[in-house]
Amino acid sequence: MSDRKPVLEFRGINVHYGPVHVLKDMDIAIYPGELVCLLGGNASGKTTTLKAILGMVQPSSGDVLIDGEIVTDDTTAEIVTRGVTMVPENRRLFKRMTVKENLEIGAYLRTDRENLDAEMEHIFEMFPRVKERLSQKAGTLSGGEQQMVAVGRALMAKPKVLLMDEPSMGLAPVLVQQNFDIIERINNEGVTVFMVEQNANMALSIADRGYVLLTGRIVLDDTAQNLLNNEDLRKAYLGEAE
Amino acid sequence: MTDTLDRAHTTSELTPDPVDWSKVQRWGAYAGLTLAFIAATGMTLTFHQRMIIAPWLTMGAVSMAWVPVVYGYIAASRPTPDGEDHYQPAERELIAGGVTGLLSGLFVSLFIVIIDQFDLTEVFSKTGQPLVDLLTFGKPLGVACLLWVMGLGLLGLFGGALHIFSKTIRRVLSWAALGVLGVAMLELVITNLLDGLSLDWLVDWIYAINGGVTSIAAIVIGVAFGTIGYFRGDTTLHERRLERMALDPSVLRQKNRWAIAMVIIAVIVVPMFAGNLTNELLSNVGLFVLMGLGLNIVVGYAGMLDLGYVAFFAVGAYTTAILTSANSPYWSPELTLNFLKPEGWIILGVVIIVAAIAGIFVGTPVIRMRGDYLAIVTLGFGEMVRILFLSDWLAPYFGGAQGIRPVPSAEIGPVVIEGTNSQSIFYLVAFFCAIAIYVAWRLEKSRTGRAWTALREDEDVAEAMGINTTASKLTAFVAGAILASFAGMIFAVKVGSVFPNSFKLLVSIVVLVVVIVGGMGSIPGVIIGAVVLIGVLGGPTQPGLLQEFGEYKLLIYGVILVVMMLKRPEGLWPSLRRQHELRHDEMSQDAWLTGESELTGDVPEDEAGGTVLTDDVAVVEDDEL
Repeated sequence: MSDRKPVLEFRGINVHYGPVHVLKDMDIAIYPGELVCLLGGNASGKTTTLKAILGMVQPSSGDVLIDGEIVTDDTTAEIVTRGVTMVPENRRLFKRMTVKENLEIGAYLRTDRENLDAEMEHIFEMFPRVKERLSQKAGTLSGGEQQMVAVGRALMAKPKVLLMDEPSMGLAPVLVQQNFDIIERINNEGVTVFMVEQNANMALSIADRGYVLLTGRIVLDDTAQNLLNNEDLRKAYLGEAE
Repeated sequence: MTDTLDRAHTTSELTPDPVDWSKVQRWGAYAGLTLAFIAATGMTLTFHQRMIIAPWLTMGAVSMAWVPVVYGYIAASRPTPDGEDHYQPAERELIAGGVTGLLSGLFVSLFIVIIDQFDLTEVFSKTGQPLVDLLTFGKPLGVACLLWVMGLGLLGLFGGALHIFSKTIRRVLSWAALGVLGVAMLELVITNLLDGLSLDWLVDWIYAINGGVTSIAAIVIGVAFGTIGYFRGDTTLHERRLERMALDPSVLRQKNRWAIAMVIIAVIVVPMFAGNLTNELLSNVGLFVLMGLGLNIVVGYAGMLDLGYVAFFAVGAYTTAILTSANSPYWSPELTLNFLKPEGWIILGVVIIVAAIAGIFVGTPVIRMRGDYLAIVTLGFGEMVRILFLSDWLAPYFGGAQGIRPVPSAEIGPVVIEGTNSQSIFYLVAFFCAIAIYVAWRLEKSRTGRAWTALREDEDVAEAMGINTTASKLTAFVAGAILASFAGMIFAVKVGSVFPNSFKLLVSIVVLVVVIVGGMGSIPGVIIGAVVLIGVLGGPTQPGLLQEFGEYKLLIYGVILVVMMLKRPEGLWPSLRRQHELRHDEMSQDAWLTGESELTGDVPEDEAGGTVLTDDVAVVEDDEL
């Protein structure tokens, strides 16, 4: 693994919100084709991490690298163009726009307009239900369908790296499982996935590797299997009493 | 749940509910207060000067008489069971309407006694002796009060009785009444137009010498409009729009093309026959259409509430004045605004560039703000621009309170466009409106337009999708600024001068009201909003069609705005998207309340069989995910 170049990398990232030190000396490296999860409780800095990747938050020090190039000062648009997109927490579709319009916004920055239909077909292949709902307002869909559209919207940009913010948030347990199946499937198609989750058990069951974030600092970094077997982690995050 | 609802319906059909006294009391009090308010503000007295049906019905009487009818109708209404459009038996409605009217009569009597006995003119300057004389009909106080109670009681009874009639009769009656009222109110314009067509005899037949429709004409007009109402059918405007939507696209396009062609022909032909007065009104409407379309880009498309829009209007006007006027205090190149010569194009170019700079200048600091904050800051900027133009500090450049005048006429080749010839001004305004409509329409459909919609929906996610929020917002600001500056340019030529006081906050507010009343995000909506508000009521400084309303213009603006927000928040002619947005929100609420949550999906059960309550409940479908 170490012989390859990371597709996404954090080098000593610090983020401050005013006086609050949110991310502390964070180092992350994600390699092409991996499925990596970032575990952590509330307010541990998970969402800030994603925002820092997308350039929506400016780090006070440290560098963000995509494909080995420093992108710390790039705009969100430039980073999306480099192939990093996000499925936001709670899906956050443009509820009063149609499903089709939502998908089109996902491809907002693509210059190869002629390939968009093919891209959409690919998404329909993955989620046939989305095709049925194409002209419907996104807000009228069920939670599961909304999740498909949210993922579809992010895939329309044809990303190399897909960031997922709390994919299990606000979904019924059955749907969470299906959602993780989707993530695995996207990963199997060659897209690198970096997923932020509270549901550690679920996330580790599909991930290759995991980072554990505790109040802005990476405290554990191991393979998913090792993390699952880690006693401390089990106690802290997996809610097991013994 | 549905079951109980059904049963409730059935019982209400079998035994009529007793009168809802609390509702009657409430609406009786509302009616009384409304009447006292109308009288106290002096509307009754002012409007009494104007005849509606000569010689016996004045607008003052109408301003009072509608209240018990409408409020009585509302007080007597009840939820209609499906498929039923009038109630039988009807004692309940008659009692409710009549009592509402009587109550309002008591209020008015009390009001008359109060203004007769006490001097309220300190607070309500219009409640002096003339109003007392008018309201007592020159009769003793007791008799007058009795007449008011009985009269309003009867009108309330009529209002309640409207429920007995079938929908068709109600429609015919309202068409006839509104038709007569409309023809009487539009006297100035209709006279003006008919004179232009040399139909003086028709004018003499319709209108009495001292204003107002003659009794015979009133009957004929009433019958004519009633007949139209009878044949017009039941469908509402919204239903008809939906029907149109369902049409085949090619047929629809054909129909639209015809409609647009008709409008264009009307815009070209009507001013030729219209007199100065009508053209003046139309030019004012046009100016506000132009500004409304610009503000619509900022507010309607991009969702940014800009309360300082007048700044760009002022910038356009001042730029034009400085470039063309011989009296510009600091620098006066004295160019001629001739649209067929390079000079004219230079002016137009400079106006556009200056407006764009102003747009960026105002836009940049406020771009990071949202919602209320954005509104407050833009409000400040709008006032700042006016105060800068007014200031002594900049007086050597912009003339301070004296402004710049005269601003010379514009020209198109040999044709002179000047303020005194409102026909020429109208054609100029119409030309720029056409450009603005085209630009707004193209922008709406463009990639930028879609980005604006996304921005309006969820700014954070739009940013995460790679939409450059700063650039998109600035584009909206600049596009809006340029359209407003065109309006400013024409305004300067039309008025022949520019003063800081022409660019008060009120202009921003009126333009915003035009956009809101017409329908945010809708191009035809802006046009209709401008016609209704500016054409009929009048602009901030421009008189409208109903000149008597002048004094009460802002009051009526306020009432219209409140009623619109309560009853029709999507505007008079909403864009389909906005309409859907507002309707959908209501629908999802209703669905949630009644438990028929088709929109959010059924509540799923987890493996244990219990109901899962998450914040966003989702359905599991059986097919592959």
